[in-house]
Amino acid sequence: MNKIVAKEHFSEKVVKLVVEAPLIARARKAGHFVIVRVGEKGERIPLTIASADVEAGTITLVVQAVGKSSAKLCALNPGDYITDVVGPLGKATHIERFGTVVCCGGGVGCAPLLPIVEAMKAAGNRVITVLAARTKELIILEEQMRKYSDEVIVMTDDGSYGQKGLVTQGVEEVIKREKVDLCVTIGPAVMMKFVSLLTQKYNIPTVASLNTIMVDGTGMCGACRITVGGKTRFVCIDGPEFDAHQVNFDELLMRLSSYKDVE
Amino acid sequence: MNKEELAAQRAEQWRENLRKSKKAKERTDIPRVKMTELDPAYRVTNREEVNRGLTPEQAVLEATRCLDCVEPLCMTGCPVGINIPKFIKNIERGDFLSAARTLKETSALPAVCGRVCPQERQCESKCFYLQKLKKEPIAIGYLERFAADYEQASGEVALPEMEPDNGIKIAVVGSGPCGLSFAGDMAKRGYRVTVFEALHEIGGVLKYGIPEFRLPNRIVDVEIDSLRRMGVEFVTDCIVGKTLSYDDLHEMGFKGILVASGAGLPRFMNIPGENLNGVMSSNEYLTRVNLMDAANPESDTPVYKGHRVAVIGGGNTAMDSVRTARRLGADRAMIVYRRSEAEMPARQEEVHHAKQEGVEFLTLHNPIEYIGDERGRVRQMKLQKMELGEPDASGRRSPVPVPGAIETIDVDEVIVSVGVSPNPLVPNAIDGLEVTPKGTIVVNADTLQSSIPDIYAGGDIVRGGATVILAMGDGRRAAAAMHEALQKQQGA
Ligand SMILES: Cc1cc2nc3c(=O)[nH]c(=O)nc-3n(C[C@H](O)[C@H](O)[C@H](O)COP(=O)(O)OP(=O)(O)OC[C@H]3O[C@@H](n4cnc5c(N)ncnc54)[C@H](O)[C@@H]3O)c2cc1C
Ligand SMILES: Cc1cc2nc3c(=O)[nH]c(=O)nc-3n(C[C@H](O)[C@H](O)[C@H](O)COP(=O)(O)OP(=O)(O)OC[C@H]3O[C@@H](n4cnc5c(N)ncnc54)[C@H](O)[C@@H]3O)c2cc1C
Ligand code: SF4
Ligand code: FES
Repeated sequence: MNKIVAKEHFSEKVVKLVVEAPLIARARKAGHFVIVRVGEKGERIPLTIASADVEAGTITLVVQAVGKSSAKLCALNPGDYITDVVGPLGKATHIERFGTVVCCGGGVGCAPLLPIVEAMKAAGNRVITVLAARTKELIILEEQMRKYSDEVIVMTDDGSYGQKGLVTQGVEEVIKREKVDLCVTIGPAVMMKFVSLLTQKYNIPTVASLNTIMVDGTGMCGACRITVGGKTRFVCIDGPEFDAHQVNFDELLMRLSSYKDVE
Repeated sequence: MNKEELAAQRAEQWRENLRKSKKAKERTDIPRVKMTELDPAYRVTNREEVNRGLTPEQAVLEATRCLDCVEPLCMTGCPVGINIPKFIKNIERGDFLSAARTLKETSALPAVCGRVCPQERQCESKCFYLQKLKKEPIAIGYLERFAADYEQASGEVALPEMEPDNGIKIAVVGSGPCGLSFAGDMAKRGYRVTVFEALHEIGGVLKYGIPEFRLPNRIVDVEIDSLRRMGVEFVTDCIVGKTLSYDDLHEMGFKGILVASGAGLPRFMNIPGENLNGVMSSNEYLTRVNLMDAANPESDTPVYKGHRVAVIGGGNTAMDSVRTARRLGADRAMIVYRRSEAEMPARQEEVHHAKQEGVEFLTLHNPIEYIGDERGRVRQMKLQKMELGEPDASGRRSPVPVPGAIETIDVDEVIVSVGVSPNPLVPNAIDGLEVTPKGTIVVNADTLQSSIPDIYAGGDIVRGGATVILAMGDGRRAAAAMHEALQKQQGA
């Protein structure tokens, strides 16, 4: 049982939760995630640890309500308890001084992107962050991103905020303008697929953080498996970050729809 | 237990009297008891336990069959050396609680083992009846379950005598049968035991793997409750190697650590189409149904309820999966196994029950490809027919493909149950912990001590996929050895 100590709405469907979890706060690194369960009949869902406060013994989660379990979590308030929080899980992001790093996030991918942006900046990189969403209201964490980015480019499909266009256009603009040493992409599978195709064209090493369906998060079930470089890998223990150019995104897209008819 | 002790116990007056009370012929004429089972047509509609257990009358009669042999062959087949004739004779004389206590001298989890041990390959396979009389062996497993259940139901589950608190903190990684039995033995010796479990439930495979219709959760919960009453602390949602490091455990003052993290990683076959939707590991399937209660409409976790379900493999896990699929409404539930039925590693009873429940057995068949529809859902499987060739390293006759004999069968769900590998989480997280190329932890065969002196290990993380009784036995041996080592340290 983990207590929620603070909550903030970033938008109607996106909330930030600060949760008591002293051991996880101490052990986590950028890129790690937790599995949470709300209620005794609740599902186990993975969420990235956006940040942690070791002193206060808390971790921060940014959750977008997309379905039943995420909505249940978003409905909790300070003082409420989350039934289970386990982690930190996955491999930490490989952080070093690469030079110029473009971090691009779409939709709820922005939440897991934040700690990476922060860590990349701290390692001495020039960080350019590209945030994308369908419309203005769905752009989240812009302010936080600005704190750790040398530049933030905002893209909206409908042009209601920032530039009109897709995330790939924002990334390509940077690539054409300056030398990019690494690209990090987190977001819907389709978005990552196209970012990956783009950076492949320019030969820029790219890391994608995959958001597969999970159950245990410890390598026990294989629900999170995905083909990378022709081999089956488990996202929860081998990932969640992989060389984007090796990932079979079409399979990822297909597997994400796995339980659509069942739920 | 040595021979003299055994003989002395056998020579006790009550056993003498019992032996004399009936002629051998009277005993051997009694037919083996039949377990009362739920009707197959009824039981596939729910998850009630299939085997109903013996009545006291049935148990006493079955116990009467036992000849109380001078050299009990059955014991040579028991991996932990339970004093089998002693517990059986206690049943014969109607002292069921003493029978349970006899079991507990050796086994920490008799109610569990009575249900899930492969007795037909262990004690019962060695029984005098089978070996010498060519008759059906004593139903040792049923009797074990009877005595343990009797004790549980009597409300007189006696807590063992506890040594006074010695203040020494011991950590256990994993709450399966190995971790639980170790925890009990250490608590009994006065240690302060904390069990860390990665999942949100205590019990390991006993909870997330073996289904309710074979091992009801309440049976396991009684054992966990006793441990709690003995002062064992359980910490769920805590992964050693992730949430807490080895150094953290030291900092927290733990003086000894048992790693009992099991062999949790599912294997796949790496054939085309294995990542299609509707194809999953038995671990995923069983975890969804057992741990997450996914078949219950109130649960948030979904599970496929396939109509034509193929389960690949021939072990207990495969049988549990295929029988679960029947219960979730599969019209056609199939076992696909590349060898013949004689080579199946599953318990005989599970195979028998599966057949009664209408499961089809496609033995000498091996999947080579899964075919999906445009939405990526599995629709068909291609099976290669096999025949038995020469015996392989394991002594089983290895299957070889029959050239050109390929068959395609419609399926909408495939559950892959071809074995598990050790969970690398702990080994990866502890520098200097020696592991085999297969990923199992290397331990001293007697003491179960690893290459790091304060870390012991047992159960599936040492043996690969094995059995509940072996995991339980490891837990008890590790406890004895760690206790001895810690006492030496204290003395020094
Ligand atoms: C490593 C990892 C880190 C993640 N970090 C975060 C995070 O920080 N914040 C956050 O809000 N979410 C994050 N997610 C995604 C989050 O786990 C899912 O949104 C959640 O499981 C959905 O559950 P649900 O019951 O609410 O929705 P469901 O009812 O299961 O799904 C609702 C809709 O969302 C789609 N969907 C389901 N799962 C996913 C998924 N994993 N990715 C994309 N779409 C999905 C479904 O197809 C469906 O259309 C992460 C996922 C992974 C694997
Ligand atoms: C479906 C199925 C059916 C079976 N049927 C039978 C049967 O009929 N008869 C029989 O004898 N055997 C059977 N077995 C095998 C038997 O269950 C196992 O051999 C036995 O459970 C092994 O016990 P264990 O204590 O070593 O590990 P497990 O029971 O696997 O328990 C290990 C526990 O450790 C936890 N863990 C792992 N890593 C960590 C970590 N880093 N930190 C904290 N916790 C961790 C896991 O979550 C798990 O709960 C079956 C197995 C399965 C899967
Ligand atoms: S071998 Fe059979 S008959 Fe003999 S003591 Fe064991 S169970 Fe009884
Ligand atoms: S979530 Fe179960 S193996 Fe990755």
